[in-house]
Amino acid sequence: MSLQNHQKKYPEIWKRYNPKQTLVQYCWYTGIVFIAVWSVHNLDIPWFYFLDAHLQAADLVERMIPPDWSFFPDIVDPLIETLHIATLGTVFTVFLAFPVAIISARNTTFNQVTWFIGRLILVTSRSVNTVVWGLLFVAIFGPGPVAGIFSVAARSIGFVGKLVAEAIEEIDHGTVEAIEATGASRLQILLIGVLPQVMPVILGTIIYRWDINIRESTVLGFVGAGGIGIVLYSSINLFAWHEVSVMLVAIFGVVIVSEYLSISVRKKIT
Amino acid sequence: MSYPTSWRPPSFFNNSFIRFGLLALVLGYFLFSYITLDADWERTSKGIPRALDIFKRMFPPDFSRWDLLLRGVLESVQMALAASFIGMLIAIPVGLCAANNLVPRPVYFLGRIFLGISRTFHEIIVAIFFVKIFGFGPLAGVLTLVVASFSFIGKMLAEDIENMRPGKLEAIKATGASFPKLLLYAVQPHILPRYIGVSIYRLDANIRHSTVVGIVGAGGIGQTLAASFSRYDYGFSLAILITIVSLVFAGEFLSNWVRGRLR
Repeated sequence: MSLQNHQKKYPEIWKRYNPKQTLVQYCWYTGIVFIAVWSVHNLDIPWFYFLDAHLQAADLVERMIPPDWSFFPDIVDPLIETLHIATLGTVFTVFLAFPVAIISARNTTFNQVTWFIGRLILVTSRSVNTVVWGLLFVAIFGPGPVAGIFSVAARSIGFVGKLVAEAIEEIDHGTVEAIEATGASRLQILLIGVLPQVMPVILGTIIYRWDINIRESTVLGFVGAGGIGIVLYSSINLFAWHEVSVMLVAIFGVVIVSEYLSISVRKKIT
Repeated sequence: MSYPTSWRPPSFFNNSFIRFGLLALVLGYFLFSYITLDADWERTSKGIPRALDIFKRMFPPDFSRWDLLLRGVLESVQMALAASFIGMLIAIPVGLCAANNLVPRPVYFLGRIFLGISRTFHEIIVAIFFVKIFGFGPLAGVLTLVVASFSFIGKMLAEDIENMRPGKLEAIKATGASFPKLLLYAVQPHILPRYIGVSIYRLDANIRHSTVVGIVGAGGIGQTLAASFSRYDYGFSLAILITIVSLVFAGEFLSNWVRGRLR
């Protein structure tokens, strides 16, 4: 064999990708960079705002420190209301998400139509943000924590339902077949065959979602749905930044405690 | 000896004291929340007929101002794209600093605290601060989404690096590699698939979140939506909601397809 042929067949330098794959990869890279640059350019960002941004930030920090601790007793009640909105919303979700998850899983649903309806409910619930659901429910139920509970539940159904449906699709078929063989009815198969297998996933997801819901409930008040968001919104509108910093510290504390609780309980379950 | 003829499945909590204690706790909590919740039950009971009235006004969805809708949606998508790209880039150093098998202890603690703080506050609160500092418009929205993106991607990256088998790092270190070469040959091949998967998921999530930062004036379709709700223009609101849902649906479909191709 000639030297040229030998070098082509057994290259001295090892390359992971052949030239065609490298070309495709470079096309992807340029495409992504092009799209990113096009989006940033099309947004018409006023770059000169960056010039005085540090001054604005310094001004904000100056107004927020020191926090006005005498305001703290006024926010204890809204904080408790926020916790109630998150907890009751999550409890409400438990009862609604499990049936929806059952009809969205391929192995427990009745037919293609119900599967599609279940998936549609889950996607709709997941696509619309909690605060946007809050806008809708405040228009229906009026301002107050009830609208907040419903909007938290509406968003959580999608989250919990999707994860539970995926868990239901991964259960062990042998158990279900064994219970079917004893002559159990459909409901009994669900309760005794399916439910115990997905129980750890359900509990873990519910607690994870409860933790996220506490963070979401703090801002639901911005659209009038109750909790500490209402006080926060009014303080921001009145430019009372020292009160705002007290509320942010309180929210930070509540979120840290709930996250710690959620992580420790989930560690015990799994 | 007689054999039992009926069988009860074992309950989740074996100790009956814990079971009844928990039940009492749960019932007590419901009572407590009912008493302290300052809910206007009269207004709530008027909710169902109100809901029917609103749904009647929502149908048919009003697409007559589709150019406004399209402009808002385009701005939201561009915000999400720009924020995901910038967030991906920033997440790399942040994630590296928060992995305890790569960096010294003090840097690790700083990295974890930074990640924790950026994750605590809801993006609406972060958006308000950016609106104060950078003014109204999509700039504040992009920066809010950048914070949300890099905190999420950075946390995933840090966990992935910490789950790496120590043998890989040790092997490359044993060849005498400097820190950048260690990153390039040991860390990067391990994290790259998960990193790209998480970034694509974050792009999809940013499209959802960009609709909400508009409510506080940070650009995107959220502003149009909040305005249409306050004007009781429910037909237009339904049009916007349908557009958002189909956009998110398409984004999720695309993201699942790309992530399936990556495997």
